[in-house]
Amino acid sequence: MTPLVFVLSLTLVAVAAGVLGSLIGLGGGVVIVPALTILYGVNIRLAIGASIVSVIATSSGAAAAYVREKMTNLRAGMFLEIATTTGAVSGAYLTTLLPSRFLFAFFGIVLGYSAFATFRKRHAAQPLSVSNDKIANYFNLHGSYFDVAENKEISYKVVGTKLGLFLMYVAGLVSALLGIGSGALKVPAMDSAMHLPIKVSSATSNFMIGVTAAASAGVYFVRGQIDPIIAAPVAAGVLAGAMFGAKVLGRITSKTVRLVFVVVLVVISLEMLQKGLFP
Amino acid sequence: MTDPYDSQLPSSEGEVASAESAAVATDNLGVSGHGHRKLTPEEAAAMEEKIRKVEVAISLVLRIGVSLSVLVIAVGLGIMFSHHSQYTSFTGSFSYKQLTSGSSQFPHSFSALGHSVASGQGRGIVVIGVMILIATPIIRVAVGVLSFLYEHDVPMALVTLYVLIVLIGSFFLAGA
Repeated sequence: MTPLVFVLSLTLVAVAAGVLGSLIGLGGGVVIVPALTILYGVNIRLAIGASIVSVIATSSGAAAAYVREKMTNLRAGMFLEIATTTGAVSGAYLTTLLPSRFLFAFFGIVLGYSAFATFRKRHAAQPLSVSNDKIANYFNLHGSYFDVAENKEISYKVVGTKLGLFLMYVAGLVSALLGIGSGALKVPAMDSAMHLPIKVSSATSNFMIGVTAAASAGVYFVRGQIDPIIAAPVAAGVLAGAMFGAKVLGRITSKTVRLVFVVVLVVISLEMLQKGLFP
Repeated sequence: MTDPYDSQLPSSEGEVASAESAAVATDNLGVSGHGHRKLTPEEAAAMEEKIRKVEVAISLVLRIGVSLSVLVIAVGLGIMFSHHSQYTSFTGSFSYKQLTSGSSQFPHSFSALGHSVASGQGRGIVVIGVMILIATPIIRVAVGVLSFLYEHDVPMALVTLYVLIVLIGSFFLAGA
């Protein structure tokens, strides 16, 4: 395969990664890493570097639209970034402490459970109308968005910010340690622990993952993991896909978003378990 | 559940919080820590307007960053391909794997990047485009700090400032 064919075909893969990543708030890494390593036989270190680029591209590409459409909870996202960035930076220095096999197995189980929990509450779409959460009330993290699929404005209240902060710290830590799993933990943290509507959770996770990834991108650049011939088609394709995906999220039902999320979560969970148990 | 604030299940809606605290929560749209003072409709509308401006500003920053980075990456890729004729054919013996192996040559420090761009190498320009992409969320956070100050929301401005400091610190810690 010549470099031209490589760049053109990888751009198409990246468009698909951008659409999927922006819909469920996970970033494009879920698709990009396996595609690069399995389909193209690219070195795993370079694939992970490309994944960081794809996460930032999904985040910025989709967030531009989501923020304008008020789908993103800007305040909650920026507030929770305290925990994700702190987690990401501390993760970069913990790499040697715990064997990554153990971490993969552990988080494989965690994600498997959160896929199950998300699936179980797929019909519950009723947001909260009151909140006793002192932190959420002080910083006013509550919000509302216009749901095109239901054709009405949906107001919601946020609870469980302490648990949310803890889970966000873990999400930042894991993404720095394992290179994946950042959005996969963020969406359940907001959806289940903090009771944000699933579409808002997805859009807000999308908004946040770019910052978490940027916090570790410097390390990847210095380690020589950002290869321009891979990064270029990934960045361009994912951006195009994410912009398209951002137009779709409003139109599909919350239940569909949850189900797509569950399927992808199961795949990531199995992938992590495999890395942990049978490397 | 260990979190004391997470006890609010959908079924207990309206039973726990008094009508008064619910009213405070709705009337304080978008500002931190304004206590129990109700905003007048004019104040609420003005606040809504400011929040909208912040959203538009952040959305604009993201769109500019994204467009600029795609543009630079496309130019870099074009130069890279025009310099190496064996890259551009659809069939041929030159494999992409020579560019994606563990030993491929490309800049991964700021000085090497400077040299690469100065000598007109496409790969250096692509990396500059990727750098713009990486910088976009960081600039977005910086705009967030300014926006919250403009809204007179000091707690949220401090929260965002902390995130910005950690982000910038991470680059220095990385030794880039």
